[in-house]
This record gives sequence, C-alpha cells and structure tokens, in this order.
Amino acid sequence: MKVFGVRLPGMSSLLLWGLLWEIVGRSGYSFFVPPLSEVVTTLFEIIGTAAFQKALYETAYAFCSGVFFAIVIGIPTGILMGKNRLVDELLLPWVNIFLSAPLTALVPVLMVLFGFGMKSIIITTTLFAIWIIILNARAGVMQINRSLVEMATSFGATPWSAFSKIYFWAALPEILGGVRIGIIRAVKGVIIGQLLISLVGFGALFELYSNNFLMKHFWAVLVVLFALAFTISEFLAYLERRVSYYAAKR
Amino acid sequence: MAMLQTDALAEELAPLQTDNAVSVSGVSKNYGDVEALKNLSLDFPRGQLTSLLGPSGCGKTTLLKIIAGLLDPTEGEILVNGSPVTGPGEDRAFVFQDFALLPWASVLRNVSFGLELRGVAKSEREDIAIKYIKEVGLDGFEKSFPHELSGGMRQRVGLARALSVDADVLLMDEPFSAVDEQTRRKFQEDLLALVANENKTFIFVTHSIEEAVYVSDQIAILLPRPSRVADIIRPTGLREKDTASIRRDPEYLDIVDEIWESLKTYVE
Repeated sequence: MKVFGVRLPGMSSLLLWGLLWEIVGRSGYSFFVPPLSEVVTTLFEIIGTAAFQKALYETAYAFCSGVFFAIVIGIPTGILMGKNRLVDELLLPWVNIFLSAPLTALVPVLMVLFGFGMKSIIITTTLFAIWIIILNARAGVMQINRSLVEMATSFGATPWSAFSKIYFWAALPEILGGVRIGIIRAVKGVIIGQLLISLVGFGALFELYSNNFLMKHFWAVLVVLFALAFTISEFLAYLERRVSYYAAKR
Repeated sequence: MAMLQTDALAEELAPLQTDNAVSVSGVSKNYGDVEALKNLSLDFPRGQLTSLLGPSGCGKTTLLKIIAGLLDPTEGEILVNGSPVTGPGEDRAFVFQDFALLPWASVLRNVSFGLELRGVAKSEREDIAIKYIKEVGLDGFEKSFPHELSGGMRQRVGLARALSVDADVLLMDEPFSAVDEQTRRKFQEDLLALVANENKTFIFVTHSIEEAVYVSDQIAILLPRPSRVADIIRPTGLREKDTASIRRDPEYLDIVDEIWESLKTYVE
C-alpha cells in the first residue's frame, strides 16, 4: 500500500491498531483493556519465567503432535478420496459433518475415551485441523490434468510412483492452502483442549490469569499465541507462493 | 459370400504382413450405447509413419489410446511386434496434444521422467535425456521450467521424453495442434528427418489434411459414427522429394484434394 507516495511495508496497519489499543488502554475505559505498552512489558517479564516456558513447551508439544497427525493422515486420505470414487463416497459425508460440527462439544466424549491427559489434547488438536486438510488435498487431486495421469500411466508408473510423483505435486498448492488453514484451526484446538481436558500449557495460564484478573498477563500470553500462529501461517503462505507459479498451469 | 472371400484373401496375405510393427484387428469400443469404434482393422508398417486422419469425433484419438494401452477395447485385438497389448508397455511411447509436462520439474527431469518411472538410475537417465534434449534442439534449456518455454519448445520436451525411452512405436496425438503455424511447419520438417533417421514406427493423429499428406508414408482416413477406416492412401513419390518442394508437388496437391473431396460431406 502507498500513502502520500511512500511505500509502506507489509502489515503497517498493525501499528495503527496498536496505537488505538494504547489510547483505549490509557483512557482507563475498562479494567480489562490495559495499555499495549504495559502488556508488552509484562510479556517480557513473564517470558523468562519457568511457568511460561513450561506452558510453551506443553502447548508446542501438543500442537506439533496434533498437526503432525493431521498432516500425515489428512493428506494421503484426501489424495485417496480424490483418486478413488468408492473411498470418496464412503468418507466425504463424514469429512463434511466433522468440518462443520462444533468439535468443542465432542471434547467431553474424547475425555471419556482417551482420558484426561496429553493424548486427548493431541487428538482434539488433530480433529480441529484434519478435515480441511483432507478436503483441500481432495480438491487438489480432483482438478489434476488428466493427461498428466495418462502420461504417467503410459510410461508404466506404479500406483505408488503415480501417487508420489504426480498426484502429490499436482495437488501441492491446494494441499499447502489446506495445511495453512488447518494449522490456524489447530491453534484453536490445542487451547480448547487445554482448557477443557486438563489445565496445562497456555490453557492453564489463561485460566490462572483471568481468574485472578491479571489482565496484562492474560493479554501478553494471548499476544504470544497470536504471534506464533501468525508466523506459522505466514511461513506456509510463503511456501504456497513458491509453488503458485505452476498452480495455474497444471 | 463376398465376406468369406475377403477373409480367405486376408489369410493368404497374412504371412506378408509380418513387417507390421502394430496391427489392429476387429477393434470395437463402446461407451455405454455409443459406438466410438466399430470393427476396425488397420496395420502399421514398421519404420514408417502412418497418419490417422478424420473429422472430429471419428475416434482417432480413441484408437491411439487403445494402441497405447490407456483404454481397453470392448472387442478386438492389438498386436505390437506380434504380442497382444494388455496395457501400456515399454515398446510404445506417447506424445500428448497438451504436452503433459510436469510444471514443477525442469526440462531435464521432464525428459528423463519416462526413464525415471522405468527405474533407470539417475546419472544414466540424465545422460540419455541430455542427448535427446540436444537432438530436439533444446540445448541450454536443461534447467528451464515448462512455464518459461514457448508452446513449440514445450512440445519438443514432450518429444524428447518419448524418444528417450527408446520405444519401437511412437504414438503422437495431434502433437502440433497447440503450436503456432510457423513452429508447426518446422516441426513437420523435423518429423520427416526423425522418421528417416530413427528406426521407429510412428502413429500420428491429426485433423489437418495437409499435415497428414506432408508427413505420412500411409494415411488412414477414418470416418465417424461409428468409426471405420474408409480409405488408406500411400503417397509414393513424396519421400524422395526435398522437404521444401513437397508442397509444390502435383502428387501432394492431388492427394490433398482427393482427401478433402471424401471428407467434406462429414464436416458440419
């Protein structure tokens, strides 16, 4: 964007919103909105504490495991659904139901099935992320150029090499788009898991700070979480742009 | 009765046909109730270029894909070098109308992709690919990507890929229809050189009468609904001519006219 002929770097608008936050905070409008500057100061105070680092570790562990399972199960399932009519007919209704279902309501069921520990949190995270990854991989495969498949077949490709050398790469732009949205959903999943299943990680910190009305601390943790999610999402968007040169030419 | 006689005649001629690289006999292909091909028989002499020419919807691409093993015929049999076709095989290579290149792979990887799928080791397949990239005139473009090339250059990549697997039979599905006119002329000349130099059998699908007459040793005219071979034309004197003077040759002009006369009633 250009303002008065000066090219602004990306996300300059965040400065404006940050400023607004600061003004609202200083005006004393609400106890729940401390000024941004104080939130940032608190952020640096708590970032070194053992409690924060433990929370970060627990959250990162659950998040990464959940996303890992969502990706390694979701992408092959989606590709298979795009390739095989029968598998598609079998699974598509379920994928669509779970994609739009209020998964939070399922969490108590997961607790009964898998206990109150890390396992349930990881499964919750996976359940939040996996459906959109499946649907996107499926969509990517379904729009594949038929003659690429015929080409591979005519040169005697085995099902596995067609899968790994043609289908995966042809669907990669859509797959990355799905993973990006899936990861954003996984952030939601991991925090909801930590709040509902067992109070660990960032979920425990949120609970602790909001119950004790430590709003600066509360916002600081939230800012860290947003920043992490945003960074991962932008990194995937960057990967997506790297493959977009061929997205239009398949 | 007449049918019996032709059958007997065909059997008598059979021993003479041993030098057919590809032989199609009694092939039918139905899509539900639609008969795309009906009882079609055609032979493709070894080392020569045979064109399948006909109006759109005459099933020429269907026939080519059946020969390639990409489609199964409803009835009939295809022999390649005497053995029946049951699927794609190393004796055939396909050149696609829309090139069918991997957009995420370099020219080098695209050209060697056929060999990659056949399990040839990386250094070996790249050596072969480099040789054919040079042969089709794309020297220096090994590291380019398909979207950086023109349509004509992309089809050269497709051609190099088909050549590098060293199949006996090259199946070309309207390979020059997606490139511009001047490039197409250059391609046609290069194809004549290829037929002369490579000891391969070419099966070439086209809808252009001029192109078919220019490049072919044998032209099979296919008529639609259901598809059948209406005529087989073998230009006799054109191969010896210089590539530049073929289009002025009386035989060339006569054949083009003759084919147009027989096809024009089928053009909507």
